[in-house]
Amino acid sequence: MAADTIKNKTAIVGIGQTAFGKGLPDTELSLACQAIKMALDDAGIAPSEVDGLASFTMEPNREVDVAKNVGLGEITFFSQVGYGGGAACGVTGQAAMAVATGQCEVAVAWRARKRSAKASRPWSQAAARIEDTSMWSRPFGLLRPVDEIAMLTRRHMHQFGTTRDHLANVALAARKHANRNPNATMGHKTMSREEYMAARWISEPLCLFDNCLETDGALAVVITSAERARDCQRPPAYVHAFAQGLPPQHQTMTNFYNDDPLVGPAWATARKLWSMADVGPADVKVAQLYDAFSPLIILSLEGYGFCARGEGGPFTDNGNIEVGTGSLPVNTSGAGMSEAYVHGMNLVLEGVRQIRGTSTAQVEGADVSLVTSGEGVPTSAILFTKEA
Amino acid sequence: MESGFLLPDVDDENAAPFWAGCARGELLVQECGSCGRLAHPPRPMCPHCNSLDRGWRAMSGLATVWSFVVPHPPLLPAYSALAPYNVIVVALDDAPTIRFVGNLLASPDGAINEIDPATIRIGEPVRVVFPLVDDVHLPRWVRV
Repeated sequence: MAADTIKNKTAIVGIGQTAFGKGLPDTELSLACQAIKMALDDAGIAPSEVDGLASFTMEPNREVDVAKNVGLGEITFFSQVGYGGGAACGVTGQAAMAVATGQCEVAVAWRARKRSAKASRPWSQAAARIEDTSMWSRPFGLLRPVDEIAMLTRRHMHQFGTTRDHLANVALAARKHANRNPNATMGHKTMSREEYMAARWISEPLCLFDNCLETDGALAVVITSAERARDCQRPPAYVHAFAQGLPPQHQTMTNFYNDDPLVGPAWATARKLWSMADVGPADVKVAQLYDAFSPLIILSLEGYGFCARGEGGPFTDNGNIEVGTGSLPVNTSGAGMSEAYVHGMNLVLEGVRQIRGTSTAQVEGADVSLVTSGEGVPTSAILFTKEA
Repeated sequence: MESGFLLPDVDDENAAPFWAGCARGELLVQECGSCGRLAHPPRPMCPHCNSLDRGWRAMSGLATVWSFVVPHPPLLPAYSALAPYNVIVVALDDAPTIRFVGNLLASPDGAINEIDPATIRIGEPVRVVFPLVDDVHLPRWVRV
């Protein structure tokens, strides 16, 4: 007997975001509350009607503080999802599950962050002696997430022939899309392939432009039932399918200890996501793929089935991930590399805008919109559709 | 900790025998006392048979380079002072899906920035050495 799933039972009806910047004067709590209020106003729903909350374990603001500032109602569902960049679709999807199962009627998922504060970088906060599994990597100078992903990137280059030109394709596509987005941090700054190639190294084979931005900002989405969504003021982005993924023997970004480290959590997430959906990769018109680092796009293209294993690099050639020329436009707001890095929550909002038809890099006929969270960590993905 | 390097808690309840092995010049991998299968990093339960009987097996110390990176600043000060340096992942000859993060050194007591990164090749053979960093013997690697 088929399980009673959440397919098409809920929709995103409101989105809100603060300005993005570095060293914004507002506190993280203030930013969170502003984004949530904007999302509720966008939905046309009063704060007192909110009865569900979902955010990241890394979120600095507690539910109690958000609720008492925004004036939320009686909260009957609240949850958090771990693993940082793996969580944006997770919090959105868990909020949708809560609405679909009647645990709440109006849920808010959000993320607020002042990333540009140096103290917010976990890798720079060194304990005297390492007691967790990073004892197997950090003593040797594999300190930052970029070092860990660079290790997988070099192996991918060796095994499949991926090149820096492929990574540049990802960075340049994000920048071109950001140049159409007035809210993007890099909205007015163009980038050429020559500039990419000349950038300083961060962790060879990855250079500065293979890395995401450092951003302050907050974003929120409002989720309610499909039935109520049809009466809201914005076109609903239906939550068609949702999945999380934590594969066997996985160890976050230092994923060097399983049989095949280049097969990450995206693969497990994709299997579940497509099994829950009426559509497949060929039906997706636009994708927001989590991009803390450019190689994650290549790994995600493979993991979610847009190309065969090892072909993620060539898939990005000839403008194939750009709006106007591509078979699969990717990261149409500029995403983490060129719009803002807020743990991928901005990718969720852009996935919704594509369904609404309001992206600044709109894909014509975008009726199926994929958003993924970070490959390399226990992760999540969500599929929005225009029709339920 | 004069070096400023990040160092492991060698008394960690899962890993203490590993670090004691390094101090003796032995590269140990956790071996299930029940089914005999290997696991790394070490843990309290065997994921294959769920035994809590955890033992250790000495490896030959021979391996090949699986991948490598060359970090540049911004880094923690002790590492920044040596950058650019190499970090490698090796696959053990005895058990190719058991991998260790380490550094490729020009000599057993060499610094982590002495090898020209342009000469490092995935697949090249290496062997383990255990230089002392402050009070910890770290498993690092030299060319065979």
